[in-house]
Amino acid sequence: MSTLVQDAPVNADAKSQIVNDFNINVATANGSGSQTSNLVLIRALFEMGIPVTGKNFFPSNIQGLPTWYQMRLSKEGYFARRDGIEITVCMNPATVAEDMETTIPGGIVLYDDSLPIANHRKDITFFPMPVKALVKEADLPHSLKSYVANFVYVGVLAALLDIEMDEIKKALDWQFDGKEKPIAMNYNMATAGYDWAIANIENGQPYRVERMSGFNEGKILIDGNTAAGIGALAHGVQLMAWYPITPSSSVADAINTYAPQLRTDPDTGKATYAVIQAEDELAAIGMVIGAGWAGARAMTSTAGPGISLMAEFAGLSQFAEIPAVIWDIQRMGPSTGLPTRTCQSDIQSAYNLSHGDSRHPVLFPSSPEECFEMAGDAFDLAERLQTLVFVLSDLDLGMNLWTADPFDFPEKPMDRGKVLSEEDLNELKGQWGRFVDKDGDGIGYRTIPGNKHRSAAYFTRGTGHNEYAVYSERPDDWENNLDRLRRKFDTARKIAPQPEIFDNDKAEIGIISLGSIHPAVVEARDRMSAAGVETSYLRLRSLPISQSVIDFINKYGVLYIVENNYDGQLRGILQNEVPARAANMIQMSKCDGMPVSARWITEAITTHVE
Amino acid sequence: MATDVKKKPAKRAPKTNAIGLEKGEYRGRPSTLCKGCGHDSISARITNAVWERGLSMNQVIKMSGIGCSSKTPAYFLGESHGFNSVHGRMPSVTTGALVANRTLKAVGVSGDGDTASIGIGQFKHAVRRNLPMVYIVENNGVYGLTKGQFSATADQGQRLKYSGVNELPPLDICLEALAASATFVARSFAGDAKQIDALLQAALSHRGMAVIDIISPCVTFNNHDTSTKSYGWGKDNEIPIHELNYVPHYEEIEIDDYDDEIEVKMHDGSYLVLKKLDEDYDPTDKINAIQTLEEAHKAQKMLTGLFYVDESQPDTMELLNMVDEPLSSLPEERMRPTREALAAVMATF
Repeated sequence: MSTLVQDAPVNADAKSQIVNDFNINVATANGSGSQTSNLVLIRALFEMGIPVTGKNFFPSNIQGLPTWYQMRLSKEGYFARRDGIEITVCMNPATVAEDMETTIPGGIVLYDDSLPIANHRKDITFFPMPVKALVKEADLPHSLKSYVANFVYVGVLAALLDIEMDEIKKALDWQFDGKEKPIAMNYNMATAGYDWAIANIENGQPYRVERMSGFNEGKILIDGNTAAGIGALAHGVQLMAWYPITPSSSVADAINTYAPQLRTDPDTGKATYAVIQAEDELAAIGMVIGAGWAGARAMTSTAGPGISLMAEFAGLSQFAEIPAVIWDIQRMGPSTGLPTRTCQSDIQSAYNLSHGDSRHPVLFPSSPEECFEMAGDAFDLAERLQTLVFVLSDLDLGMNLWTADPFDFPEKPMDRGKVLSEEDLNELKGQWGRFVDKDGDGIGYRTIPGNKHRSAAYFTRGTGHNEYAVYSERPDDWENNLDRLRRKFDTARKIAPQPEIFDNDKAEIGIISLGSIHPAVVEARDRMSAAGVETSYLRLRSLPISQSVIDFINKYGVLYIVENNYDGQLRGILQNEVPARAANMIQMSKCDGMPVSARWITEAITTHVE
Repeated sequence: MATDVKKKPAKRAPKTNAIGLEKGEYRGRPSTLCKGCGHDSISARITNAVWERGLSMNQVIKMSGIGCSSKTPAYFLGESHGFNSVHGRMPSVTTGALVANRTLKAVGVSGDGDTASIGIGQFKHAVRRNLPMVYIVENNGVYGLTKGQFSATADQGQRLKYSGVNELPPLDICLEALAASATFVARSFAGDAKQIDALLQAALSHRGMAVIDIISPCVTFNNHDTSTKSYGWGKDNEIPIHELNYVPHYEEIEIDDYDDEIEVKMHDGSYLVLKKLDEDYDPTDKINAIQTLEEAHKAQKMLTGLFYVDESQPDTMELLNMVDEPLSSLPEERMRPTREALAAVMATF
């Protein structure tokens, strides 16, 4: 029987085979250990050279609620979420009926044969797996049974799809860091599933994987939050103050994991950084601002509810002109919303966080590489501009696995901004004003506490002040200050990360998008181009917008602003910035908790064009 | 000419501290608080303590939240960096500043609203972390800047002109601190300069957070004689539990076995000598401290002095195991990993 799969895959009808281009959806219960089996699967596929992304759709729950892991294999190298499930693995009785229903016609369903099944669809192929029996035979410790059981579907999938068992073994080695006992236990379970499938399944189903080259060589699989944490450590973070909140906690986890290796002082063995889990988000941002004021690179990571709590401090950072960095890993709002679902709905609240005329530069990474780089950009900008800088990632980018280039050591020197040292003050004979705009860029010079010059000190406050940091309620002082802050914001337009522009000479329509939607836009543009709809595309990398964004907006008759929120928040900001073109900007926003797909973008734009 | 000068009696040199500065140089901007405000007396004591200690002002940071008390850092130590932050959040801002530069001495000034109402959470967590700072609460039981509302330390049953009667029991800042595992808990009265001086000196030598709750009358909104936060009440009812004397580490102390004295050795080698008064009080006994405060509260007695001290607990900065020098002084190469270390991490993915 085993010959069917191993020796003679060509025997199956080659024309009907679908190779390296389908979705696998694994449905399990949260806390059942399926994360391990899914990570092993995706790594094995990745090491076979197949472009693959994995997205975890998980509940806000510790144990028991349904969770799904979707892997997209795309031989063309598209990484966005794709609609339609070709292969479903059902391990969760609570959702088995629904999971079987959502499989596309022609698809296949693998299921634990102990699940209650009432589906009689004729357009899909069912493969019951004897999970209980195989687990029983394996004679596992009772406490581990349900975890290891997941490796049955790993083995069965390997047999059905031609995933190399050797790669499963290597992925297990990686996952368990060479620990022999769990590797052997899980591998044996996968092998049992594999052997059973080879012996018992007539593999007429069309889905196959094949080793390929050209995409994954030299690449790594990594999530955005880990990239952000390593990026922060590589770019000089000295204080990470944070409070646990989904989906941002893994930024702090990454810093805690890698800091000892990356940032221990070789001479003393002591830390060149501090990580503090604060009592709440207010304390976290307060610590960041205190550290920024006293000359350290400091950041926090949080999500929507966290930035709401940080609002008062955000205004202090802007108005008292203190460097600070907030990573907001966006999740669904308003309110508690859906803590474990993705969206981009904090764009406006981050941009204008706090009362009064508050505004802050905001960066939008769209890949792990950019999470790494922007960790540095954010510190450089915060210190150069002496203000709060947001980095807006989201759950999809932050917590899911993406293919990325390994991160290179940063070659660009740090920009620590305008700081007057003791020597500088000696040269100035102690004459300086904290908020004097000497250079015309809206940015004053600051001193760092501990500076020994007798004129170094100034008094920092969120109340009204003049150029010399002295309390003032004078109308002209107030206006001059806000005018200068405006000039500073205009400086930010020039030095913040510039947009990535894909100009297409044949295009009459432009797309503006940002963040984790990028891969979906790339794919949608290819699809539309193939259908004769040509587009240009600007990927926004920061706010406030620069001249190049205004030029792009002026160039195209119709602009689709594609974003993952309900209100079209980016569109609102762009309309405000370029009011003369407001009517040309079409809202193209989607907000259902799922990462935006290329299909949705394609359909939304082509429908509108027609 | 020269002989003429010699003949004149030598002009008395102004008194200078260990680093050769006069006390006047430690002044801040003129106060804008009400005339007679207890807070101004405390500012004078802080000025005196830092001057007397011979600290350079640029080694000190002045931290505060929002309120009348929180404005005061502008009125002392004019050559210290100061930070008037947001309401109730001075502890977190100070935490960050000290992480950036652990060699700085932080002097925080807060009020009863800033600490016991809006800021009780950050206060207790900073206490719990044993953040190395002097944390002064200028406690008058009332909101001054917003014109006389009750704070969380107001007496139960107290009547104020606009706010009526306070039905709720007060929070006792010293008890709150003790409950949060504080390592230095004291109370004083703005009118008792000598006691505040000794407490501030000891606080500046303490390992961790020194909480000093100073009853500081609000002359505008809460100074009638029936108020336990008034000058009149304080003067008539203050009961020091001991007489405090601070002995700097560079002065020799004779350890005597007098029954009526207790010496507490501070972390920096200095001593606080507590001369027993009526009460037989041991400031290293936490249970006794709590009981004493509870009983005083019940009996409406205003006890002052050092209720509790423990020099054995590590402070926040020690626990973080950071390099000794200020993080803010590290050059770029010490803020990054080595190329090899980053490459090694990348190789694990």
